Amino acid sequence: MARLELTTALLTSAIMTVVVAAHAEERYGIGSPATPAEIAGWNIDIGRDGSNLPPGSGSVERGRVVFSEQCAACHGDNGQGGVGDRLVGGQGTLASPKPIRTVGSYWPYASTLFDYIRRAMPQNAPQSLSNEDVYAVSAYILSLNGVVPANAVLDAKSLAAVKMPNRDGFVSDPRPDVHDR
Amino acid sequence: MSEQATDKRVREASRRHFLQAGAALASGSAIAGLAGTNALAGSDSNLPPNVPEWMKAPGDSMGSQPYGAPSVHEKGVVKNISKTLPQYISASGRTPLQELDGIITPNGLFYERHHGGVPTIDPAEHRLMLHGMVDRPLVFTMEDIRRFPSQSRIHFIECSGNPVYTKPYGKTASDLVGLVSCAEWTGVPLKTVLDEAGLQPGAKWIVAEGADAAALTRSIPIEKCLDDAMLVYSQNGERLRPQQGYPLRLLLPGFEGNMNVKWLRRLKVVAEPAYSREETSKYTDPMPDGTSREFTFTMEAKSIITRPSGGQKLTTQGFHEITGLAWSGRGKIKRVEVSVDGGKSWQDAALQEPVLTRALTRFRFPWHWDGAPALIQSRAIDETGYMQPTLVELVAVRGLNSFYHNNAIWPWRIDANGEVSNGQA
Repeated sequence: MARLELTTALLTSAIMTVVVAAHAEERYGIGSPATPAEIAGWNIDIGRDGSNLPPGSGSVERGRVVFSEQCAACHGDNGQGGVGDRLVGGQGTLASPKPIRTVGSYWPYASTLFDYIRRAMPQNAPQSLSNEDVYAVSAYILSLNGVVPANAVLDAKSLAAVKMPNRDGFVSDPRPDVHDR
Repeated sequence: MSEQATDKRVREASRRHFLQAGAALASGSAIAGLAGTNALAGSDSNLPPNVPEWMKAPGDSMGSQPYGAPSVHEKGVVKNISKTLPQYISASGRTPLQELDGIITPNGLFYERHHGGVPTIDPAEHRLMLHGMVDRPLVFTMEDIRRFPSQSRIHFIECSGNPVYTKPYGKTASDLVGLVSCAEWTGVPLKTVLDEAGLQPGAKWIVAEGADAAALTRSIPIEKCLDDAMLVYSQNGERLRPQQGYPLRLLLPGFEGNMNVKWLRRLKVVAEPAYSREETSKYTDPMPDGTSREFTFTMEAKSIITRPSGGQKLTTQGFHEITGLAWSGRGKIKRVEVSVDGGKSWQDAALQEPVLTRALTRFRFPWHWDGAPALIQSRAIDETGYMQPTLVELVAVRGLNSFYHNNAIWPWRIDANGEVSNGQA
C-alpha cells in the first residue's frame, strides 16, 4: 500500500514536471529582454500614493512663472480655462445642477496632476518641462485651488501627502442601473 | 428625322416630365440624403432609351488610382467633424452612420478621437514594452508582434460620450451616435503576449500607454486582459490607419473606446490602477448627488435607426425599409424592437446574420408610410436580457450631467412632408 502511494506520488510528480515543461514550451521565445535602463526611461507613471515620483522640488512662486509662460495661453492667467480646461474653483458645486469640475473640485489625487503635466503638457511640447518645473506648476495649480499654501514647495514626499478635496468622491460602477421594465 | 433631332426631342420631353414630377422623384430615390448622392444630372441623355456617355469611350486606365477611392459622386460621405470645436488637437470625428450599409465601417470613415493629435510613427522604430509584475520584462518590435499566432475578430469600438445627456441634441444619426464604428481586427490575443512574459502573483491591472503626444494612459483589469483583449495591427484587412493607432493598438471588445489605447507602446502590469487623468478627471460619470462613478468600462446595449433618420426626407408614401444598428458591450444582440407609433407598440425587427458578440448588428423592419406624421424608434435587447432604456429612464437615475455612457433610445420624428428630425429635440 505504502509502495503504491509512493508510486502514485512519483507518477504525479512526473506528470507535473511534464505539464510544467509543456507550459514552458508554450512560450514562443519572441521579444527581447527589457533592460532596467530602457524601462527607467519609459516608466513615468506615478502611483496615487506618489510612488515613482522623481527627485527634485518646485515652489508655488516658480510655478507662477512657468504657468504664465507655458500654460496660461490655453488655461487662462488664473487657471479659469479657455481653449484648455478650467483648472481652478468649483469646490462645493459637484452636487449642484451646474457642477464645475476642476483640479481643485474634482481630481482625487495630486499625483495624477504631476503625472499628467509631465506626460502631456504643455500640449504643443509635451515632456519638455523639467521635473522641477512640473513640481512647481503642480504646486501653483494646487495653490490657486487653496489645496496648498502660497508658500508651498512640493517634492515627492509633500506631493504624495496632499489630500485632494474630492478624494472620496468616487464610487464603483453599479450598472446595470436602469432596470428592466 | 435625324438621330440628333430625335435625341433633342426626347431630351426636351423628358425635361418637361422632370419638371412636372419634381426633383426628388426624378432622382429615383425615395429617401433624399444630405450627402449629395442624389444630386441630379441636369440632362436625360444618359437615360433610356439613350446610351450613356460612359459607355461611349474607355474609362480610366489601370493604375489611375493605385489606392482606390470612392466614386466622385460619393464625395459627401465623409467623417462628420464639427466646424466649431475649440481646438482640433484633442477632438473627435464621427462616422456618417446614416450613409452606410452593413456592419463594417470603411477604414476611412471609422470614427476618430485623439487627445494629442495623430502621430506619424515609423513602425521600424516603434516598440512595445511589457514590464512591471512579470517574470521577464520584454520589448517587442512590430516584426516580433506579427510573429505571434494571429486572430481576426469583428468588434465595434464606441466612445463613451456618444451622445451626451444635454441639449442641443444632434440632428443626424451621426451627430448623435457617430462615435461608434465596427471593423474586422487582426492581431494577437493579449494573453498570448502576457504568457510570454509570465504574470506574477498579485497582478491585477495593466496600465496601457500610447506613443502619442498625450502619452494617453488607461488601466485595464487583468480579467479583461486574459479574456478577449487583443493587440491589433490590422483593420479590415489592411494595416491600421494612423488615426486608429498605427502601427499597434489595444482592442478591448465592449469597453469604452478610450481604453482601446492607440499607438500602443507600453504595458505595465501592476497591483492597482494608475488613476491616470483619463480615468479620474475624464471618463468618470458624475451623478446628481455629487459622487462620480469610476472605472465604468462596459458600453451597454444601444441601437439607432439609420434610415430613415434625421436630416433625410421621405419623398413618397408607401413602402420604406427601416434599418439601423444595434450593439452591446456585454455580448450579442438578442433582439431589436421597432416602434412606429411613438412607443405605444413594439415589433421585432429582423437581424442580419451573422450576429456577433460585441459587434454592430444590422436590423431591418418593413414599413408602409401612410403620409401621416410618425415617431419611429428602436430598442435593443442583448443576450443578458438587458433592454435599452429611454432617455427619461436614464436621466431619472443619472441626472443630466453624467456625460458618458448615454445609451438611450433615440426616436426620429417624421413630418407630413416627409422630413425626418430628432424626436427628442
